[in-house]
Amino acid sequence: MMSAQAPILILLIPLLCGLAITLVAQKSKNLAFFLILIGMIGSFSAACSTLIQVLQGSAPIHYRLGGWPPPFGIELVIDHLNAMVLFIVSGSALLTAVYSRNTVIVEIPDRVHHYYTLYALLVSGLLGMVATGDAFNLYVLLEISALSSYALLARGRGLAYLSTFKYIIIGTIGASFYLLGVGYLYIKTGTLNMADLSQMLASPDMKESVSIKTGFVLIIIGVWVKMGFFPLHGWLPNCYSRASTTTSCLIAPLMTKVSIYVMIRLMFSVFSVDYVFNTLQFQQAVVWMACIAIVAGSISALAQQDLKRMLCYIVLAEVGYMVGGVWLMNSNGFAGAVYHIMSDVMMTLCLFMAVGAVIYKTGDSSLESMRGIFRKMPVTATAFLIGGFSIIGIPPTCGFFSKWYLITGAVETGQYHFMIALLFSSLVNAVLFFRIIEIGFFNRFDDSGHGIHQKFEFSEAPVMMLAPMLICAASLLVIGLYTSFILRNIVQWTIPAGL
Amino acid sequence: MDHLPFISAAPALAILVSLAAVPLIALSSKIPNLREFWTLAAGVVKLLLVLSMAGWILAGNTYVYEIWDILPGLSLKLRVDGFGMLFALVASTLWIVTSIYSIGYMRSENEHAQTRFFCFFAVALSATIGVAFAGNLLTLYLFYEKLSLSTYPLVTHHQDREGRGGGRKYLTYLLGTSIGLALPAMLITYHLTGSLEFSSLGVFPETVSKSTLVVLLLMFMFGFSKAGLMPFHSWLPGAMVAPTPVSALLHAVAVVKVGVFSVLRVLTGIFGIDLLAGQDLNTIVCGVAAFTVIVSSCIALSQDNLKRLLAFSTVGQLAYIILGAGLATKLGVTGSMLHISMHAYSKITLFFCAGAIFVATGKKYISQMVGIGKRMPVTMFAFFVGSLGVIGLPPAGGFISKLIMVRGALDADMAWVLGVYLTSSFLNAAYFLPIVYRAFFCTADESMFEDKVSEAPIFCWLPPVITATISVVLFFCPWLYLGFANVMFQ
Repeated sequence: MMSAQAPILILLIPLLCGLAITLVAQKSKNLAFFLILIGMIGSFSAACSTLIQVLQGSAPIHYRLGGWPPPFGIELVIDHLNAMVLFIVSGSALLTAVYSRNTVIVEIPDRVHHYYTLYALLVSGLLGMVATGDAFNLYVLLEISALSSYALLARGRGLAYLSTFKYIIIGTIGASFYLLGVGYLYIKTGTLNMADLSQMLASPDMKESVSIKTGFVLIIIGVWVKMGFFPLHGWLPNCYSRASTTTSCLIAPLMTKVSIYVMIRLMFSVFSVDYVFNTLQFQQAVVWMACIAIVAGSISALAQQDLKRMLCYIVLAEVGYMVGGVWLMNSNGFAGAVYHIMSDVMMTLCLFMAVGAVIYKTGDSSLESMRGIFRKMPVTATAFLIGGFSIIGIPPTCGFFSKWYLITGAVETGQYHFMIALLFSSLVNAVLFFRIIEIGFFNRFDDSGHGIHQKFEFSEAPVMMLAPMLICAASLLVIGLYTSFILRNIVQWTIPAGL
Repeated sequence: MDHLPFISAAPALAILVSLAAVPLIALSSKIPNLREFWTLAAGVVKLLLVLSMAGWILAGNTYVYEIWDILPGLSLKLRVDGFGMLFALVASTLWIVTSIYSIGYMRSENEHAQTRFFCFFAVALSATIGVAFAGNLLTLYLFYEKLSLSTYPLVTHHQDREGRGGGRKYLTYLLGTSIGLALPAMLITYHLTGSLEFSSLGVFPETVSKSTLVVLLLMFMFGFSKAGLMPFHSWLPGAMVAPTPVSALLHAVAVVKVGVFSVLRVLTGIFGIDLLAGQDLNTIVCGVAAFTVIVSSCIALSQDNLKRLLAFSTVGQLAYIILGAGLATKLGVTGSMLHISMHAYSKITLFFCAGAIFVATGKKYISQMVGIGKRMPVTMFAFFVGSLGVIGLPPAGGFISKLIMVRGALDADMAWVLGVYLTSSFLNAAYFLPIVYRAFFCTADESMFEDKVSEAPIFCWLPPVITATISVVLFFCPWLYLGFANVMFQ
């Protein structure tokens, strides 16, 4: 049965495709594109099949590589949470692959096959991080995705190599923190399998152990570095905004969200609700930090004159949403955070794709490049608008409903500062996007304040860029309208026991 | 009842019909007559759909139509009741009249991007009907936001610097307050009560403390800032940069009335008038509203730009409506609901006239309108009837609603509100009647116009005549709107 093998196929197919691209596609750019497309389609269909299996069954899927039983063998564990994340990660990787048809050839004309190899490696690394049930495997896959992302990011514009170098340093420090933390856990428990770890950590003396606490803190800090949680975010804006269009479409939405997933997984599947919120006492401090992340991210976004940098700071603020939601210690807040993983991937992807199309046509990424966008590129402008509305949180886009649950969580636990931070960020986002809409809608003015008559010719991006962009934009509405379905069938099952 | 006297999806269709017209309007952009036909056709169909439900609602029924299960325990749904019908009927009749007027105005002014104009107009109307028929607060909020966004391109239609400034102010106030105040108020209400359904008994349990209620009340009142309560009113005069048909329909009727409608829905359906009166919250509502009534009327006195004067007069009248609801008596609320419709017909007449004067003579300032009655007698007579309605004098419908509200004030033992009503009416007369007087009664030397009748095109002067006539007819037979307002209390 193919479907029984689906969990491993999710990561195996892109991995093998990456291999195939280096081997056979050196001469032909079309073949490289064809292979990456095959890889992403394969991976996405396997993810779909897995998601359906999870939705139909009640228990999580345990896939044992080579039939070795845990804790000795490697195990993939797919429950509702990571089935959803796998689906959304492989889906957006597929959309970006389609989108890359026109951009990669322009941006990296000499090394298309290398680019796609790294692309495939990165995607399989990310998918592996999500699927694995083993804390050390997670580290290995994290490094695979990180290393390939360094290479992808360095091939960007301007000083991309410099900012990537910074990222290598900081990213490696983050990964070392994680590894060190896992090391502490291994010393105390002698196991690396997550399910096994969680059983061992449940014993009372483990709860009191200072080494375990240190391990937890190290792991969390390591993951925070990877997701760019304030104040550990310094590397992210430069690095992502200078990357090439395809790279930022691929990495900016996915890397942060996968890190959020990893944080949730470690907090609640390795450790427990009781441990994180009762034994340790920094729940409130983290929510405050999330508030600062949201406010600081939003204000910094307001200060940007470059579209991509602005989006990067929005991503940082959104990281604050999800970290705060998880740490609210409330089931609605948690549901909001998990739902937001899904919607945030789609809305940042939608925006990065729209901005990428503008850059593709105008060669400029400043806010001014949006001048006349409604006449020149109406389709791109529509996608950009829907993405923006979702970030602001206007119903019925999905951004509204994630805020709904996050704010409900904040109100229920009386942490009103988190509610205020979220509303503040919504308002700032409204300013951000309407500032751009103004640039797009109004011409320059003459001295008397009348619009100078400028003729904007219709010149839209190619279909291969528009189609995935529109799918993203439509998905924002679909996810929003099917909130009830998603919550009942997926998100509700991910809420850890005791929350 | 197993057999409805109308199509079961009628409320949803009434919302969708103008949306459905949008692609048709956009596709026929090359043939203006066909394009305007779609607008009018959608308007007529919408009106018929609304009317088809009128009898059933007047008989005291309400009709609930579930659209979509959007959140667990909270669905998007429509609910047609008397108040919703009253508002939907006002909006849909006036859309048709305004469409006729827009055709005349936009063509004689040779405006650019007329297709875009009619498209967004249709979207805005769909949102307005959506608010009227919203079955719970979440649905109402959704349509409320849709209206803010879809009217932005209308307000900024001229695409000049003034338009940008007005548009900025418009969105800052509307989105700022709805996201910053109304949304959290809604979430806190949902957290406290577990329900966002409208119920005449209110949704708050007795355990909720008074201070919480006060905070929520203020958040809702200022959060729906389309209602223009001070200090969140200044978007309204700012939005007067829009073409006149937009100001007319959206800023005298649809947008501002949506704000008032939302506030009234919250006051009557979420708080409930018993709670308002019992917890003494009505004093707060009345205080805020009375302040706005008096101050805005005084500002209106000093305006020379006719459209700005009308804008401030609107701010005052909106607060007037909220004041009536704030009395928290049956009569007060009935009167304020009724005033939504009465004021709509009068105020739209005044805007139409201002636009007709602008089209015919290019004049915007009152000081330049001395003697205009001789040049445009029909327009100025309609203006006179419209101002009677706003002041609240017979034979215009505004008299009836003001009378009921005044009786409501006596019922509630709030004599000072009576004083506010009278002062405001006096001020209204003080800023409207001189305009009319100087338009007709001036010496030949003072007159700025030639003594020759020359009206604006028929598309511009007929609509105000129609709306002025309706407003007089409503004085003699207000039973339809009164009936809708009364069924809310059966």
